[in-house]
Amino acid sequence: MTSSVNPFANFVIVGERTNVTGSAKFRKLIENDDYTAALAIALQQVESGANVLDINMDAALIDGVKAMTTFLNLISVEPDIAKVPLMIDSSKWDIIEAGLKCTQGKPIVNSISMKEGEALFLEQAKKVRRYGAAAVVMAFDELGQADTVDRKVQICTRAYNLLRDKLDFPPEEIIFDPNIFAVATGIEEHNDYGVAFIEATRIIRETLPHAHVSGGVSNVSFSFRGNEPVREAMHAVFLYHAIKAGMDMGIVNAGQLAVYDSIDPELRERCEDVILNRRADSTERLLDTAEIYRGKEGQKAAVKDLSWRQAPVRERLSHSLVHGITEFIVEDTEAARLEADRPLHVIEGPLMDGMNVVGDLFGTGKMFLPQVVKSARVMKQAVAHLLPYMEEEKQRLGTQDQAAGKVLMATVKGDVHDIGKNIVGVVLQCNGFDVVDLGVMVSCEKILEAAREHKCDIIGLSGLITPSLDEMCWVASEMERQGFGDMPLLIGGATTSRTHTAVKIAPNYKGPVLYVPDASRAVPVVQKLLGDDRQDFIQETREDQERARLAHFAGQDKRPRATLEAARANGLKLDFKSYQPPKPSFLGTRVFEDYPLDDLVGLIDWTPFFATWELHGRFPAILEDEIVGEAAKPLYADACAMLDKMVAEKWVTAKAVIGFWPANRVGDDIALWHDDCRQHREATFHTLRQQMIKGEGSANLALADFVAPEGHDDWLGGFAVTAGHGERERTMAFKEANDDYSAILFQALCDRLAEALAERMHELVRREYWGYAPNEQLSVDDILAEKYRGIRPAPGYPAQPDHTEKQQLFRILDAEAKIGMQLTESMAMLPGSSVSGLYFSHPAAEYFGVGRIDRDQVCEYAIRKGMELSDIERWLAPILAYDPMMVAKVMAGV
Amino acid sequence: MSIFQSRQERFDKIENIARERILILDGAMGTMIQSYKLEEDDFRGDRFGEHSHPLKGNNDLLVITKPDLIAGIHEAFLTAGADLISTNSFNATTISQADYALEPLVYELNLAAAKVARSACDKFETAERPCAVVGSIGPTNKTLSLSPDVNDPSYRAASFDEMVIAYREQTIGLLDGGVDFLMVETIFDTLVAKAALYAISEVLEERGEAVPVMVSGTITDRSGRTLSGQTVEAFWNAVRHVSPWSIGLNCALGPIEMRPFVAELARVATCKVSVYPNAGLPNAFGGYDESPDDMCQTMTPWAQEGLVNVMGGCCGTTPDHIRHIAHAASQGKPRVAPAIPTALRLSGLEPFTAAA
Repeated sequence: MTSSVNPFANFVIVGERTNVTGSAKFRKLIENDDYTAALAIALQQVESGANVLDINMDAALIDGVKAMTTFLNLISVEPDIAKVPLMIDSSKWDIIEAGLKCTQGKPIVNSISMKEGEALFLEQAKKVRRYGAAAVVMAFDELGQADTVDRKVQICTRAYNLLRDKLDFPPEEIIFDPNIFAVATGIEEHNDYGVAFIEATRIIRETLPHAHVSGGVSNVSFSFRGNEPVREAMHAVFLYHAIKAGMDMGIVNAGQLAVYDSIDPELRERCEDVILNRRADSTERLLDTAEIYRGKEGQKAAVKDLSWRQAPVRERLSHSLVHGITEFIVEDTEAARLEADRPLHVIEGPLMDGMNVVGDLFGTGKMFLPQVVKSARVMKQAVAHLLPYMEEEKQRLGTQDQAAGKVLMATVKGDVHDIGKNIVGVVLQCNGFDVVDLGVMVSCEKILEAAREHKCDIIGLSGLITPSLDEMCWVASEMERQGFGDMPLLIGGATTSRTHTAVKIAPNYKGPVLYVPDASRAVPVVQKLLGDDRQDFIQETREDQERARLAHFAGQDKRPRATLEAARANGLKLDFKSYQPPKPSFLGTRVFEDYPLDDLVGLIDWTPFFATWELHGRFPAILEDEIVGEAAKPLYADACAMLDKMVAEKWVTAKAVIGFWPANRVGDDIALWHDDCRQHREATFHTLRQQMIKGEGSANLALADFVAPEGHDDWLGGFAVTAGHGERERTMAFKEANDDYSAILFQALCDRLAEALAERMHELVRREYWGYAPNEQLSVDDILAEKYRGIRPAPGYPAQPDHTEKQQLFRILDAEAKIGMQLTESMAMLPGSSVSGLYFSHPAAEYFGVGRIDRDQVCEYAIRKGMELSDIERWLAPILAYDPMMVAKVMAGV
Repeated sequence: MSIFQSRQERFDKIENIARERILILDGAMGTMIQSYKLEEDDFRGDRFGEHSHPLKGNNDLLVITKPDLIAGIHEAFLTAGADLISTNSFNATTISQADYALEPLVYELNLAAAKVARSACDKFETAERPCAVVGSIGPTNKTLSLSPDVNDPSYRAASFDEMVIAYREQTIGLLDGGVDFLMVETIFDTLVAKAALYAISEVLEERGEAVPVMVSGTITDRSGRTLSGQTVEAFWNAVRHVSPWSIGLNCALGPIEMRPFVAELARVATCKVSVYPNAGLPNAFGGYDESPDDMCQTMTPWAQEGLVNVMGGCCGTTPDHIRHIAHAASQGKPRVAPAIPTALRLSGLEPFTAAA
């Protein structure tokens, strides 16, 4: 007979369980400073449907001001609770004021009254207004609390007029509490209290425009303490009549509102007699009936709702898929198989129907990626159960089944990043496509060979680092050369773009080349390519790409560049005469074989983690986001649970190597010396200089500027860290168990741990190993916001876009021998979850972007590096301010 | 000499103009100052040569040590077409100035900020073109709704009462300096704003003055919430008790990202609506990429659809941006506030309206 939804439209439910005067349990928690459990009660009230939360700390043993302040401060950082407005409830003004000072929303004050005269009433009302709150005004004057209809109406009217005339208090922000008192107490004068409240409510609502009426409902049944079923019935009956009379707000137990119609008719009638004072013997009669109910638990225990298990198997499968529940999937799939003629029909029937629901919800933005991947896990487990039966049937009948289409997926040669590709693969499988996943670092030959062998309909390429873009162009040109005809080529991954696909990749292949910006776009693209409108779609894409090409060439950055000479003249000239660079605590390298994982957890930057799952927003606000919050929250819970396991069971090993060397700037390069004699050169790092035209007072930066020139003592650091040892094996294990969700989750966490390790090492370097900021006191947020001194730029990123600089770094750190890190031919790091870079200590060192550079610098840079111009142009392709092909043609006189 | 004899006279004229067209607020002060690449000595001037703490970056101090530079920025925005000039007093509270050990200077900073802005305005003001000074009241560097201590979520780095004291002093300085409006801006924690509004309402009552108050919140990411977690409508419900002259949004987002939240505010607000976005989201290097023309393109439909009454620019906007925004504003009509039914409108992080 209880219901957790609001059965009373237009009635404001104020949750009462966070009131120490009404709940002994809550009072004890506050007395014992157990705020965690107290918060759980607040949350329960909100989840049970409270529109407003009543907070009261008026008890003898409680310091009300302190308790109110502490509890409201705690609530304000719990978004699930803080989302609702508060009712700050106290009979003491200083407690109310303390509450108002901690409330950022618009609350209600409960209460003010004229019990100590008009002057104080108006003074408090004015402050309520200044703090920005609405007010409950109790029917209480100098003579006491009103108990008759006349007194209730008379006091409320007087208060209303005062508030309106003296303060222009908005009438809609006045809420009257005409006092709900206990009935059926055995004292005859009390019998009319229910009726008096209801009648007064009717008159107040009719005569005082826009004002509201509220009350503490539990009071009415006070004499039936201990008999919850009867109390609930009394509340339901009371509210039924009071709401009809115009009561539009009530302080109630939000989880325990009974529905009038569902109350046992005999009990209901006797309650009604009492509330409405209809018979002289109504109290005795209710007492008799009450005995029957005593001891029965009124409130249903909150149990996991398994009612969906009663539905037919088809609906059960759909339910499991939509909600991502694996618990019953094998059992239900087996039940469906026994009902079906062929095992395949289970897939084509109920399972695909369920996945279509998932697809529709995803397509319309009602489900999010983490939920879809969980659905896919359920689907895979169902299919895995059916596979042996299908194999057996195939043997028996010699039949072939046909999927909607087959897509080959691969991360291209030299690149090791595959989280995004795995997500796309899962989403495609969810929609009935066969996916052949070749994994990472797949050569062009292997991709094309497999595409032929598996008779794929589509090839999908993924890549994260910039050199992969070239590899994709190469695959496209090979498809053309080998005559792949019109097999579509899909392009995706972090560095790919619509423009790059149109300008650089598509022209290499006459077949369709399509850019897929994210996983949610993959399904419609593949469906269209394999559907009836294929030709139209391809034509549209070609036209769109033509427009993209035109726009690109028209909009190309034609802003003039400074010459290298001019840029260098405008370089950053740091004063090293008056500045003494700090000396590191050691020279050479130091290895961290097995860095404790639990030390990294607190440094994880979660915002990019959610971005991996296409959930965009800043952590932790994203957990409460109106739209993606419901997807982000369980994902975060799963991530934390897995992270705990990763740490406890040491799923991966975190390793790091750092090093420091005497260093000097030589032109735009940085020479690393073997020792402090600065005679023998150990290595040279080459840096690139900004060539954009700068305004006055703004330098054309190169990383070398942050290092002292020869003749001064300065040093440079380097690092390589990885959290990826053990990553590959476990990812494979998850995949083999048909658990792509966990595989992707795990990889994303490894990435985060590697980043966290890089942050931690940098912090240790600043505080200890280089030691130039021994007293640094930065919060995690400050660290993630890079508020520290010094920088740690990575090759391949904006301050040094040249990936090949990693070779030097790996060599001097001896990263392969020391911590098992390698570079691929595209300069991607292995294991995948790794970070490397240089350390600069100068206080003026800052992150910047080199931007586009001109040919004069590239030619010189090639000479400095001892590389062929065409080679280095290929590596620097994304930042060239010119088209090397055009220049070559011009120079050849074409 | 001011053209208008009183604050009220100027305000009346502005109210008349506001019925005819969208008013223009100036652009960014902070990023304009940054472009001068000032050094420690510039901030110190002669007067603070011996001051105990580094002063570089204390932009608010420049109204005393480099008043001509600040006046020049005000004048550049006035030339670009701004009607409303905000004072360079964003951090001129005892709470924010504590970083520089300049708490005793706060009254003087606000007074000077208002006077520098006023004298710049006087150079441009005519009977037909009132130029008003808006006293800028920033969020301070502390919050009241969030804990800076991860181990103690109930801890607060400042109290409501401390905020009220700090904002009272700022308000008095600005009013003495002759501002025409007070603007509580860049609100990322509504409780801090409520403390400022509390202080303003006390001070105005004590002085027996009526000065229009502008309120401008900051949505920090695309989910549409303030840093302290409120939605736009919840924020409006929490500040509407002061009957502001305008409610609006500024900072943090560029105009493209801000659009849905401006529309939301336009739907619920019963007063004027102001908006002054950044020149786009900050890029990877902390710069702002949206050109004056980009902003004009994005903001023109706002004017055409009647979403706003006041437009301007925040971080990264230059006089040229303001010129273009003024052009965008001229393409449309000022918003007419919709009739909003009377109802009890509360809020926590989310709004709650009790049916009438």
